Amino acid sequence: MIGKYVVRFAALGYLTALLAAPLGYVFWRTFRHGLGPAWAAVTTPDAVHALKVTLILTAIAVPANTIFGILAALAIVRHRFPGAGIFNAVVDLPLALSPVVVGLALLILYGRGGWLGGHGVVFALPGMVLATIFVSLPFVVREVVPVLREIGTEQEQAAATLGASTVQTFTRVTWPAIRWATAYGVVLTTARALGEFGAVSVVSGRLAGKTESLTLYVQDRYQSFDEVGAYASAVVLALIAVTTLLLMTMLKPKEETR
Amino acid sequence: MAARAAALPSPRARRSPAPGLAIGLTTLYLSVIVLLPLAALSWRAHGWDAITSAQAVSSLKLTLGVSVVVALVNAVAGTMIAWTLVRDRFVGQGFVNALVDLPFALPTIVAGLTLLALYGPKSPAGINVAFTRWGILVALLFVTLPFVVRTVQPVLLELDTEMEDAAASLGAGRLATFRRVILPNILPAILSGVALAFARAVGEFGSVVLISGNLPFKTEVVSVYVFGRIESGDAGGAAAASVVILAISFAVLLAIGGFRRWVTRHDR
Repeated sequence: MIGKYVVRFAALGYLTALLAAPLGYVFWRTFRHGLGPAWAAVTTPDAVHALKVTLILTAIAVPANTIFGILAALAIVRHRFPGAGIFNAVVDLPLALSPVVVGLALLILYGRGGWLGGHGVVFALPGMVLATIFVSLPFVVREVVPVLREIGTEQEQAAATLGASTVQTFTRVTWPAIRWATAYGVVLTTARALGEFGAVSVVSGRLAGKTESLTLYVQDRYQSFDEVGAYASAVVLALIAVTTLLLMTMLKPKEETR
Repeated sequence: MAARAAALPSPRARRSPAPGLAIGLTTLYLSVIVLLPLAALSWRAHGWDAITSAQAVSSLKLTLGVSVVVALVNAVAGTMIAWTLVRDRFVGQGFVNALVDLPFALPTIVAGLTLLALYGPKSPAGINVAFTRWGILVALLFVTLPFVVRTVQPVLLELDTEMEDAAASLGAGRLATFRRVILPNILPAILSGVALAFARAVGEFGSVVLISGNLPFKTEVVSVYVFGRIESGDAGGAAAASVVILAISFAVLLAIGGFRRWVTRHDR
């Protein structure tokens, strides 16, 4: 019986030391002099602009990857086509690939002397958008694929036999089955897009008040020894992460009881 | 009869235009977003000295070494956490379960900053791992924490306790039961979680960049090395080193995919 408590203590101790304590400490450091200084630090023009950039990146990347994700999941599960194995591996690649490599690849393709260079993509918003789409690409696909596999094709075939069009079959049969998985994938995509740092860091050029996203702003503040600014903007990102976490937790039981 | 059959909508014929469109569109999207940049990267990669230089080799060795340690720690800690979440009962379990996902949701730069606040030079706990390899290890353990937990947890949930009861009734101790009954069942999940954690650790950048101090030959991981090459205008060299990382990532992914197919070979 003692063994049980040893495992529990070790597991919870590990989580506390690694996750809870550092995060709790940063929250405490940010708010120990009250809300005032923290609020002032995150409402400077550069900070507000950085938040805006982050929101724009997310607002473009998430819908694009959601539509792609559903279509790709349908393609992977429902159809055999040549190169499906490679297609699958390429979809997963952004999960494993270093974001710095992603940024560099975009820099080379769209930068000076690149195949598609000279259109103002790098060191500007379009490059940051492409980087964000790249790194957050797999999440919707990965959530929807297992569900599509599980529900099989019988209901869809029945619908088609009864004269439903492709669109009707999708909206009335397939979509209700995958919508929670899609929602969960969207939450993960959003979290990844909001938090992207490495890839955006390479392609953005990091011009404060222009191409600086909130994650870049955090690093910028830290390296300028502006601790209050760094911690306060980190807390803004952490609060968004916690909200995301709550959404994930709320969506998950529906996944499991389906 | 034949006329009647022809009048019925054939499911195959009706569904055929959409799949072609879905496959075409997604392949196009994937090519433009992922493949084209990576092709340009590989095209541009030149200069073996960028990969074989002492600094590059040292950063690659450090990255692979630390990532192996990260994978091993995760195998043990992740399994224990999954066990605690599935088999144990305590107050606040739901909260702990949600907390495990935090590293997926938290931006990596914020992860690095929070670790640096508690375990850096101004640590209130008196522990300073900043600018050391321990710092890199801690940062990588933070960002890879959910992988093993989230792959092992569902398998443990599905695992029937009857087998364990049978083993116990046959006189097996708790340790023997775990080793001979539970472990063989969850090992595939542990391994695939470990492989994902390893792949993530090899490419990690944001959480490491602040805490490691990026001292060449000491605490410079390969992502940071590539970043340094880019900053100093050596795109060719950076691309060459990137191709090495790309190859490692792709190999690990293919290995995971192959391993999963091998494990589930009897299910289909």
